[in-house]
Amino acid sequence: MGAKTLYDKLWEAHRVREDADGTALIYIDRHLVHEVTSPQAFEGLRLAGRTLWRRDSVLAVPDHNVPTTQRRDGVAGIADPVARIQVETLDRNCTDFAITEFHMDDARQGIVHVIGPEQGATLPGMTVVCGDSHTSTHGAFGALAFGIGTSEVEHVLATQCLIQKKSKNMQVRVEGDIGTGVTAKDLVLAIIGAIGTAGGTGYAIEFAGSAIEALSLEGRMTVCNMAIEAGARAGMIAVDQKTIDYIKGRPFAPGGEQWDAAVEYWRTLVSDEGAEFDRIVTLDAGLIRPQVTWGTSPEMVVAITGVVPDPEAETDSVKQSGMRKALDYMQLMPGTPITDIQLDRVFIGSCTNSRIEDLRAAASVASGRKVAANIKQAMVVPGSGLVKRQAEAEGLDRIFIEAGFEWREPGCSMCLAMNADRLQPGERCASTSNRNFEGRQGGGGRTHLVGPAMAAAAAVAGHFIDIRELDEPV
Amino acid sequence: MEKFSVLNGLVAPLDRPNVDTDAIIPKQYLKSVKRTGFGPNLFDDWRYLDPGEPGQDHSQRRLNPDFVLNQPRYAGAQILLGRENFGCGSSREHAVWALEDAGFRVVIAPGFADIFFNNCFKNGVLPIVLDAEIMDRLFAEVEACEGYRLKVDLEAQSLTTPAGEVIGFEVDEFRKYCLLNGLDDIGLTLQHVDEIRAYEERRRQQAPWLFGAE
Ligand code: SF4
Repeated sequence: MGAKTLYDKLWEAHRVREDADGTALIYIDRHLVHEVTSPQAFEGLRLAGRTLWRRDSVLAVPDHNVPTTQRRDGVAGIADPVARIQVETLDRNCTDFAITEFHMDDARQGIVHVIGPEQGATLPGMTVVCGDSHTSTHGAFGALAFGIGTSEVEHVLATQCLIQKKSKNMQVRVEGDIGTGVTAKDLVLAIIGAIGTAGGTGYAIEFAGSAIEALSLEGRMTVCNMAIEAGARAGMIAVDQKTIDYIKGRPFAPGGEQWDAAVEYWRTLVSDEGAEFDRIVTLDAGLIRPQVTWGTSPEMVVAITGVVPDPEAETDSVKQSGMRKALDYMQLMPGTPITDIQLDRVFIGSCTNSRIEDLRAAASVASGRKVAANIKQAMVVPGSGLVKRQAEAEGLDRIFIEAGFEWREPGCSMCLAMNADRLQPGERCASTSNRNFEGRQGGGGRTHLVGPAMAAAAAVAGHFIDIRELDEPV
Repeated sequence: MEKFSVLNGLVAPLDRPNVDTDAIIPKQYLKSVKRTGFGPNLFDDWRYLDPGEPGQDHSQRRLNPDFVLNQPRYAGAQILLGRENFGCGSSREHAVWALEDAGFRVVIAPGFADIFFNNCFKNGVLPIVLDAEIMDRLFAEVEACEGYRLKVDLEAQSLTTPAGEVIGFEVDEFRKYCLLNGLDDIGLTLQHVDEIRAYEERRRQQAPWLFGAE
């Protein structure tokens, strides 16, 4: 057969069988599990008297419900009884089914999409699934990674497979040099702005081009993380030397002879020259500026130099009414410069932007500066216990605390506000997370998505500010 | 899973694009370890004026009179009309469990997010994709005519309006078969145990690092 895309290769390598109508059985190499979307799956297994197909493929961690204030008391430290039951249920299921779990008081605990790569549990060429839509993150390693529902979690636990049809191939190319102050988050927000939140529906997206290649693995994870926000279940990036260097020596990564064999295979995980895509979108990296979302969908995004758009200028009536609803919810007037938007809280964290590189970027802005008086709370939540430890070794915690930020324990935190960290109704937040949906960070809360340096700058200024125009610290 | 064959149901319109799963069932209710009981919290933030928490008696909360599904004319609806990108965002299957618990068996929209679409079929809920122009017309008819019902025939892959108009829709063969027969995916997959084992053996030879020491 002719030239293949990266997705074609990953798909074919995992196809157990395929029916004439294209319905296939796909083998799953890595199954990540967290407390929110798994209890009903384990219950289903028990009710049907089924067992786990391959327990060494499963890695579990509680992250969504865990408090970020302290960890000394373990599960008993969760004040909310309903949340506590959910974490206890995960613990019990992992014990009963003999699954490896990083417990709440384990230094390796963290957001499921941070710890997989950090541990080397995510490897190139794998199929990686999790009952969580941001599983696309792991595609940064040349893996086929996507989110699944709870019924599918049960299906993978019981059969190691999923029933699927192949998606279409899309390539998003970002070419050219990235400007100063522009980060992976800005690239992906600009991509979503360009193709829309449903633009990738039905596709697997491969991100490529010189600007993507230039990103670190942390940056690539940020981009793939938000593939789902462009509607694509899976996002991925070809393997290169950086990918291989990142994995080497991680606890779950292969060693010895197996390492060499693995690397040889991993190097083939690129789209062939001349491979055909159903759709190709190209963006010029040089034109992308720091991005800020203004509405209640990630596609509602503009550059920091821009203004809140006017629904009157929108010709599509459904879109126009969506914009009106968003502006009403966000309490914003068309034409308002983005830099005039005043904030109440700042959240730096989530599986999009809570890795060491993100914290370094935010700390470099926070250093020698103070959180503005109008900001009620500015919070930094590392993605994992190991990220936290690394940041502390580098003194980033001191920088944040001196600037007036709170330094928390790892978890999902105010990305979705299932724990105690949340916005109050009407509060406005600059957040490095991935969803600005109504109420996402707390009922009635208003979320603006930005990159980590932009979030730190907003905390210092009290409103959005172009990171490229930040004055020297006094 | 409950079988789905023919449904003649009351239709309710939800006229906004990008209805995300956070809106369908807000996060505080995801703490449940059960599959049932999510119905009263379907569209919770839009449906009630006061904030809600799990375990509360939701019948005592203040309903938002402006939210379309609170209108008496839509009480008991089983078919929901939506707009572009319905079910986007989080993979939470709780969104489908909430719709189903509230009585909805069919959602019709010009486009669905992939994970939500897939989750529907696992729970006996039929998602139907129709062209935006047909959707515009259905929205107009539902709003104009109280008690508007549609007959959904999965076998025939058709919708019938009260005026007798028949609208065809596409559905994946395999999914249709499972839904018509109320089949459990896991049971079907386990019919291929030998093939899975054979694949696993091949894979273990080619890529031994993917397998733990067991
Ligand atoms: S950090 Fe947010 S988006 Fe990521 S897994 Fe947690 S809740 Fe989901």
